[in-house]
Amino acid sequence: MSVKFYQVGSRAVGNRLLDITERTEQSNPDRRNALNSGHRACQGCGEALAARYVLDTAVRATNGRLVTVNATGCLEVFSTPYPESSWQLPWLHSLFANAPAVASGVAAAFHAQGRDDIRVLAQGGDGGTVDIGFACLSGMFERNDDVLYVCYDNEAYMNTGVQRSGATPPAARTATTEAVGPSPGNPFGQGKDAPRIAMAHDIAYVATATIADLHDLEAKVTQAMSIRGARYLHVLVPCPLGWGSAPAQTVQLARLAQRSGLFPVYEATDGTVTSVLPIRGRVPVEEYLRPQKRYAHLFAGAGRPDIVARLQQIADRNVARYGLIEEASR
Amino acid sequence: MRSQIEGSRAIAQTVARCRPQVVPAYPITPQTHIVEAVGAMVKSGELAPCVFITVESEFAAMSAALGASAGGARAYTATASQGLLYMTEALFNVAGLGLPVVMTVANRAIGAPINIWNDHSDSMSQRDCGWVQLYAEDNQAAVALHVVAFALAERLSLPVMVCVDGFVLTHAVEPIDVPEASVVDDFLPPFVPRQVLDPDEPVTIGAMVGPDAFTEVRVLAHRQLMQALETFTDLTAHYSELTGQHLEAVSSYRTEGTDTVLMTIGSITGTVRDLADELADTDPFGVVSLTMYRPFPAEDVRHALANAKHVIVIERAFAPGAGGVVSADVRTALAGNPIRISTVVAGLGGRAVTTAALRGVLADAAAGTLETFGFLDVKDDVMARELSEVRA
Repeated sequence: MSVKFYQVGSRAVGNRLLDITERTEQSNPDRRNALNSGHRACQGCGEALAARYVLDTAVRATNGRLVTVNATGCLEVFSTPYPESSWQLPWLHSLFANAPAVASGVAAAFHAQGRDDIRVLAQGGDGGTVDIGFACLSGMFERNDDVLYVCYDNEAYMNTGVQRSGATPPAARTATTEAVGPSPGNPFGQGKDAPRIAMAHDIAYVATATIADLHDLEAKVTQAMSIRGARYLHVLVPCPLGWGSAPAQTVQLARLAQRSGLFPVYEATDGTVTSVLPIRGRVPVEEYLRPQKRYAHLFAGAGRPDIVARLQQIADRNVARYGLIEEASR
Repeated sequence: MRSQIEGSRAIAQTVARCRPQVVPAYPITPQTHIVEAVGAMVKSGELAPCVFITVESEFAAMSAALGASAGGARAYTATASQGLLYMTEALFNVAGLGLPVVMTVANRAIGAPINIWNDHSDSMSQRDCGWVQLYAEDNQAAVALHVVAFALAERLSLPVMVCVDGFVLTHAVEPIDVPEASVVDDFLPPFVPRQVLDPDEPVTIGAMVGPDAFTEVRVLAHRQLMQALETFTDLTAHYSELTGQHLEAVSSYRTEGTDTVLMTIGSITGTVRDLADELADTDPFGVVSLTMYRPFPAEDVRHALANAKHVIVIERAFAPGAGGVVSADVRTALAGNPIRISTVVAGLGGRAVTTAALRGVLADAAAGTLETFGFLDVKDDVMARELSEVRA
C-alpha cells in the first residue's frame, strides 16, 4: 500500500511516526477526495483544507453513506462554478441562512424512507453559522435532528470582501470595522461564542478544532459521526485574504491561535467540556497577532499595547476557563 | 365520503391521503388547524413513516421542505400572511431548484397594520416566485386541488401553492366530500424524484451559475412552469373521471350573451355567482373565475372573455402605487381587444364582500361611472376623520 507523507513542521505527530491505522485519511489512496482539486479557493485557504479533511473523514466514518448540505459562502462559490463541481459526494446548496434547516429536512427524508444509514453533514462559514443562519442552527440543535453541523470560522464575511461578523474578534480590522479612530477595528465586548451556545442546547457533542492539528480534527469528525442527533464542530480556518497573512502562514497562524489561548480547542459531551487540547509551548498573543495585517494598527508606530493587553486578557481567561495549561507544565 | 367538517380538517385529511413523507410545520393563523391535524395523524402513527418537524420559523419550514424534497421525500407544509413573506427567499429557491413541494396558503392580509383576516395580499405578493398558484373557490375545490397539486408538482418537478381563503374557507364547517384514500392512491403515483441526493449517485444541486448560463436556466424554468396549464388540464380530467368532481383553470358562468363580466378569484366566486343568478332576468352579467393564477392561463382568459364588452376584475389584493394585480395580467391577455377593463379591490383584511356592494358596482358600470381602478365599500367618514387628524 502506497502511503502519502506530509511534513507538518511542528510538534504535531506526522504520518510517518504513526501506525498505518492511525494515519490521516488523506494518506489513504482510496479516500473519497470529497472536495476535488481544481476548485477556485485562494492560495492558502484554510477553509478548503478543513473541508477536505472533514468530509473525507466523515465519508470514511459513514462507509460512504454521506450527504452534504452547504450554506452560501466561499466554500460554495469556489467549489461550484457551473458547469463544474469539485464535489465527489451528494451536495446540496440552498441559501445563506438555511443550511441547518435544509439538513434537518434531508435527514427527515432519509428517515421517512427507511434509509437511516445515510448521514447528513451541513457546513457553512462563520457568517452563515453564527449570524444569518443562527436561528435555523439553534432550531436544529433543540430538536436534536440527526445532523453534524460544521462551521468553518475565518472570523469575518470573506466571500463578500471581509466584513465583520459575530465571530470577528475584538480589534480586528475588517471592511466594516476599519482600523481608524480611538478604538480601531472590531469593538471589544461584542461577538458570540457559538460552541458555548451550542453546548447550552445540551446536544450530545460539541467540539472545536483548528487546521493546525488535522489528526485532532479527524478524530473529532469520527467521534461526531459515531453519535446520532445534533452535533456541532467549530473549526478555526485562517484566511490569507481577510487576515492579511501570507498563504504559507495559514497553518502556522491556526497553531498560534491555539497556542496563544485565543482559540481554545476542546470537546464537550451533553453540554459539559470533557477534554481539551492542552497548550504546549504557550505564546503571548502578540506572536499570533503580528503576522496579520488585520492587526497591523496595533503595532504601527508607538503601537497600542493597551489593546494588545486586553486581547491577552481574553487569552488568559480562556486558559483559565478551559484549563488549557496542563498542571505539570504550569 | 361526504361529511360535515371544517375546511382545514378536510384539507389535512386530504393531504394525509396523499401520503406526505415530511411535513415541517410552523403555526400561523389562520393556517394552524391544518398542520395541527396533520401533526396529530403523524403522532398517532396513522401517517407512518411520515416525519413531522416542528421548526422554529416559516423560513425554516420551507427550507426543511426543500431539503426533504431534495432527499427524495414528498414534502408538504402550510402557511399564511407574514409566514409566507418570511419564506420568500426559500420559495424562490425551491422553484429555482425545481423541487415539487406542495404548500397550502390560508390567505390572509399582510401588516402593518397587523390583521389576521382574509385577503390575497400574501400569495399575490409571491406571484413571481416561480410556483404554480392555484386558488380554491370553495372547500370542495380546495380538497381536490390538493390531490391534483401533488400530481402536478411531481409530474413537472415544480412547487405548487394551493391558496385557500383564510377563515372564510379554512374555518368554515360544511359538507365536504374528502377524496377516499383508494381514489387518491389511484390518482397519485408514489413520488419519483427527478434528481435526488444519493450516495450511490452523487449529484451537485444548487451550483453557482454565472452570466454565461443564467439566462438559459431561467428561460427553461419559465418554459417548465408554462407547461403547468396543460398538465393541470390533463390531471383534472383524470380526477374528474375518478371522482366526478370537475375543476377548470378558468371557469365561465352565465357568460353567454352577457356584455358585462365580473372576474373573480377565490371564495368570493360563489357570492358573485349567486348574484348573477339573482340578476339573470333583470341585469344579467357573467362570471369568469380563475383557479390557476400562475402560470397565467392567458389563452383561456382570452377565450372566456371573447364576447365581453366590459370586464370588472374583483381583486382581493392590489399593488400599492400601481393598481390591480390580477387585472394587470387580464389587460395583458386582452391587449388589442376593444374590451373595457375595470379593477375593483374588494374585501381587504377580511371586510365582507356583500352582494349589496356588488350591485352598486354593477349599477355604476351600467351608468358608465365605474372608475378604472377603485375600492369596494370604502368608508368615507373614516377616511375623512383620519385625513383631518393627519392635517391637524
